[in-house]
Amino acid sequence: MVTGGLTKFAKAHPAMDFRLMVKRAYDAAVKEVPNLTKDRITGSRISYFSDHFSRQLKAASMVQDYLGLNPKGSVRIEWGGATGGECFQAAYEAVASGRMDVCLAAGYETMSRVATWKGNEFIALASDTNFDFPLGGFYTGYYALMVVRHIYEYLRKTRFAHVKDEREAQKLAIAEGCRIMSLVSVKNHQNALYNPYAQYPKKLTVEDVLRSEMISYPLTREQICTMSDGAAVAILCDEARAKEFTDKPIRVIGVGTGTDTMRLADRPFGEVPLMPKERASDYATLDYPGVHSFRAGRSAGLEAYKMAGITDPKKELDFIELHDAYASSEIQTYEDLGLCKYGEGYSFTESGAPFLKGLKYPFATPKAGEIPVNPSGGLIACGHPVGATGLMQGVFAFWQLQGTIKAHYGNATLQIPNAKRGAIHSHAGTGSSVTVSILERGF
Amino acid sequence: MAPNRPRPPTYGHFKEVQAEIEKSGAALFKDADGVESLVIRYPYSINYIHSYAEDTPFFLGLAEGRLRGSRCTARPCGFVFATPRGHCMVCGSATEWIDLPNRGRIHAWTTCHFGSEAFLKETPYNLALVEFDGAGSLLLVRLKDCVESEIYVGMPVEARFDPNPKYSITDVWFVPVR
Repeated sequence: MVTGGLTKFAKAHPAMDFRLMVKRAYDAAVKEVPNLTKDRITGSRISYFSDHFSRQLKAASMVQDYLGLNPKGSVRIEWGGATGGECFQAAYEAVASGRMDVCLAAGYETMSRVATWKGNEFIALASDTNFDFPLGGFYTGYYALMVVRHIYEYLRKTRFAHVKDEREAQKLAIAEGCRIMSLVSVKNHQNALYNPYAQYPKKLTVEDVLRSEMISYPLTREQICTMSDGAAVAILCDEARAKEFTDKPIRVIGVGTGTDTMRLADRPFGEVPLMPKERASDYATLDYPGVHSFRAGRSAGLEAYKMAGITDPKKELDFIELHDAYASSEIQTYEDLGLCKYGEGYSFTESGAPFLKGLKYPFATPKAGEIPVNPSGGLIACGHPVGATGLMQGVFAFWQLQGTIKAHYGNATLQIPNAKRGAIHSHAGTGSSVTVSILERGF
Repeated sequence: MAPNRPRPPTYGHFKEVQAEIEKSGAALFKDADGVESLVIRYPYSINYIHSYAEDTPFFLGLAEGRLRGSRCTARPCGFVFATPRGHCMVCGSATEWIDLPNRGRIHAWTTCHFGSEAFLKETPYNLALVEFDGAGSLLLVRLKDCVESEIYVGMPVEARFDPNPKYSITDVWFVPVR
């Protein structure tokens, strides 16, 4: 990767249609690499999630057209919530296969074109329309189902094992789970205070998060990402050309994807695909993935780690940008990506390990800086214009590894000192497809 | 003669623009830099011709008050699906229709206080993933006749059927076994 560009993510950008949004992100990206003139771009991969939001089919062709890239090759990428992450990997594959010398990855979403609850309906059409959508068609509801089970498996059966009354034990466990999820929400909103591209930076307390409106029990408004307009661009090329464009290129050293059943109801109750440091005996009594964990995330992580030669991601990565559409799914994903074992996500959060070291959060974070997760603010605070989100993670990781956060954000608060290697994680549906890419400093 | 429709009203907040186009169909949005954008209402509705295809017997079953799953015909596989699948996801063989028990237990649940636009008027409603003895997968349903504070994982529940079926998954719902 040799450059990247973003628009600010916002509730609405009524003064820009999708073409102009991508153009602005593209112009920002190419401005930083003067030698990368348009004639050097071999072709593109262009991503957006939903034709319903655009109300314009073949919108990727219109992006290609507006950028003046015709008649170069281009393909539209769509992979649900992981659309942006998949677009990044599609551009990687175009270059790695030798098909292209320089590939533009560009993505956007314009979700403000419909009212919020209609937008939720469009998103819910990415669930089975025979069996799931007609019940209420609501993704927050699906994630609430998953976290209720996650809490049952990993808090009810552990911290509250001593409580004899089943209902009482479950209520206590859910309250505990909600408190810990709120730590994630506070972290991501607070990190975003230093990210000028973020949609919802704010300083919150755990109480603020818990007291915000109940959307689908037990998930509250501040634990959920919102609808956004925005665009992001990444340009990738082969190693030989990279130095022509920048003296700070970033190498893509691992890619992985994973999948799972579309319907939550169909998820198997089998065995855990193990990280190098795990043993089958760790999970002797665990039915996996059920609805509590994301097998697709584990598979994507394992593939990417293997390619990158990573055996202990917590030690060998300097940060992770992961798909926290919900505070619950951030905790679930810590486990999927092997930052801790399955069942340890809550205590891992409480330890402070995924927090930034230099920031003062409104609670103790003794292990802050161990492996910062979502230093950008994640989806919860940056926003989630679906087709742009995974690429935004790529751009953030690129600047982070270049050491240019200060130049791009106007402050260095989110710059992780001497960051050499990071991962980006993009996630779709109820975990039906996930991408993980590993980026490393290439200079 | 030149047309002389007046300029639509101008607003600085997107929410005001949304309200105006609901009312009159057009508005101007003026951003902080003074750039004007014309915003209009653009209705879009459609009736799909949606076939349940291989899932048809399930929905016909609901209309008869029968809850049906499917079972892999290959042996030793024989996987039982509580949400029916025409072909087995484990071994790829064809499945056959079976009757599920009318009673099961809650595997996971939530109460939705919001929902898609189409379901907002029904909030709050409960969703539950139900597990059945003898089945290897679950069924997602609405859970009625109980409130948030009463529901728990493991709760015994039983099926109820709509006497006026609409050929939808909502023709069946579950209630607590009292």
